[in-house]
Amino acid sequence: MNTQSKGLTAWLTTEEPASATHAAFQNVWRVWIRFASNPLGLAGLIIILLLVFIAVFVPWLAPYSPFDQNLREALVAPNSQHLFGTDELGRDILSRVLWGSRITLSIVMIVSVIVAPIGLLVGCIAGYYGGWLDTILMRITELFLSFPSLILALAFVAALGPSLNNAIIAIALTQWPPIARLARAESLNLRKRDHISAVRLMGASSMRIVLAHIAPLCIPSVIVRITLNMAGIILTAAGLGFLGLGAQPPSPEWGAMVSTGRRFMLDSWWVGTIPGISILFVSLAFNLVGDALRDALDPRQE
Amino acid sequence: MVNQIETAARTPVRRRGFRKYRRFGGSVFSVLTTLFLLVLLTFVIGRLMPVDPVIAVVGPDADRATYLKVKQELGLDLPIFQQFWIFFKNLLHGDFGSTLLTGRPVMEDIVRVLPATIELATVTIILGAGIGIPLGVYAAVNRGRFADHAVRLIALLGHSTPIFWIGMVGLMLFYAKLGWVGGSGRIDLFYEDIVPNVTGFLLIDSLLAWDMDVFWSAVSHIILPASVLAYASIAYISRITRSFMLEQLSQEYVTTARAKGVPRNGVIWRHAFKNIRVQLVTVVALSYGGMLEGAVLIETVFGWPGFGQYLTNALVIGDMNVVVACTLIIGCVFIALNVISDLLYRFFDPRIQ
Repeated sequence: MNTQSKGLTAWLTTEEPASATHAAFQNVWRVWIRFASNPLGLAGLIIILLLVFIAVFVPWLAPYSPFDQNLREALVAPNSQHLFGTDELGRDILSRVLWGSRITLSIVMIVSVIVAPIGLLVGCIAGYYGGWLDTILMRITELFLSFPSLILALAFVAALGPSLNNAIIAIALTQWPPIARLARAESLNLRKRDHISAVRLMGASSMRIVLAHIAPLCIPSVIVRITLNMAGIILTAAGLGFLGLGAQPPSPEWGAMVSTGRRFMLDSWWVGTIPGISILFVSLAFNLVGDALRDALDPRQE
Repeated sequence: MVNQIETAARTPVRRRGFRKYRRFGGSVFSVLTTLFLLVLLTFVIGRLMPVDPVIAVVGPDADRATYLKVKQELGLDLPIFQQFWIFFKNLLHGDFGSTLLTGRPVMEDIVRVLPATIELATVTIILGAGIGIPLGVYAAVNRGRFADHAVRLIALLGHSTPIFWIGMVGLMLFYAKLGWVGGSGRIDLFYEDIVPNVTGFLLIDSLLAWDMDVFWSAVSHIILPASVLAYASIAYISRITRSFMLEQLSQEYVTTARAKGVPRNGVIWRHAFKNIRVQLVTVVALSYGGMLEGAVLIETVFGWPGFGQYLTNALVIGDMNVVVACTLIIGCVFIALNVISDLLYRFFDPRIQ
């Protein structure tokens, strides 16, 4: 075991990488070393891993069903039976918060999966082709960027009708422009590089150059950018839920739960406070990771 | 958006003579196309609606003749391009149509609710800039030390807190439990409509009428929502101030000033800070506009009768004329703020003649 891990460290730190993949692994390793030296970033990462763990194993972790009502036990204060108390329909808040982690995580994941390819494609095409195509694509991008993301998402959800799926679509619509901008900046740099000229001389089509040679090189920075945006995605989703435009009851979405808790705030603080703290924790965790990641990737800063 | 502001604020603008005018023409053109695209986008949003707007007016039981008549009145039987043209023409006359709920023109409603939001946003930005900028400078000067990490954590918390939730908790704590501040609305019920409405801003109106009871009631109502909103902008402004300051403090002129014996505070405020003022104006202007986003959530929590609450109510009942108008106005505000901060840049930056 010891020799094996030593061998792995040696493989990761050797001066002469044997292949491109090897070098890529070494890069990741170097970033990880810098990331791991930031305690706040690590704390954030642990919270996120915990969240993923909870989301995966919630059927075994939650003490009660998130939907089972028990009107005789409505609005019970936190006690040993119900650690976080119960809501106005007697549902266990701890169980609902735990189940809510699935909704939050799936919103973040689906939005990221939708947004990354769209932003990447728009940005790379604009950056590589340039000219009028660039002007048009970037004008559209700037238009979307000139809105606060919540407002645009609100308008889209109002038009499409309130539901979790529409909220996800609306958030995705507001999240691709920063990615596109980033990808464009990267491809503007890349298009002048020698290896791109070499591929072009070999007769590769423009589309092939964009898809096979430019876009893959933009992926790392796009991933970092999306990580930085995840806290914003969570807060926007929670805001939509709070306004009644996201996930609909009885779904245990945290923002919607806070909205319910508003009515009982004076007598039963736990109904709205607990889900709010969950939102705070998770978005703080994503912010901490994003912040640490940015520092780790930009060693000039510190 | 953060990136956008950073790049906008960092790009030094140097233009001379003829090129300046050509650039000016170019930027007018680009603002106009952005505005046009904005109108197009909001029009598309308005037409996305899966609910038939005709049925929303006549109800599901209306007969076919009434349905067609109303459809014609609403102009929905026309080809889509013609509809857009009418929409665009009405806009140029300041006509956003009327609300579904009361039938009043949307424009009138917005003019009525806007002062409440502007008042809230103004108090907020004074708090936000007044606290955020010194915090950012302090963090930059003490870079890497405890104070820097503390400010960083404060800022990260501000970025992560769901604003509607902290508003709710604050209302419970400071209003319901402690009674330090006023509750919902802009003013206590029995003070309502006492002072004449001159500017629409209660704080100013009550001072003009010299009614201190009303004034303090208004202060006690605005202080909590403004503080909650300000927290988010303190987070943002302090981070940006810090990075601007760090950039300046690493310059050679700072070392020179220090070497020739300028006192520490003199270097910080008279040399380094002076150079970031212009960039900060841009940042503050744009976060002033960003208040509109926070206002939507915070006005709902605090029952603040402003723009945000007006928009939220319309969203819930699907009143698309209002939604479209509000979205358009917010978009215009942001474009205008961008233009204004660009102009301020030219005005304040001595390098641009």
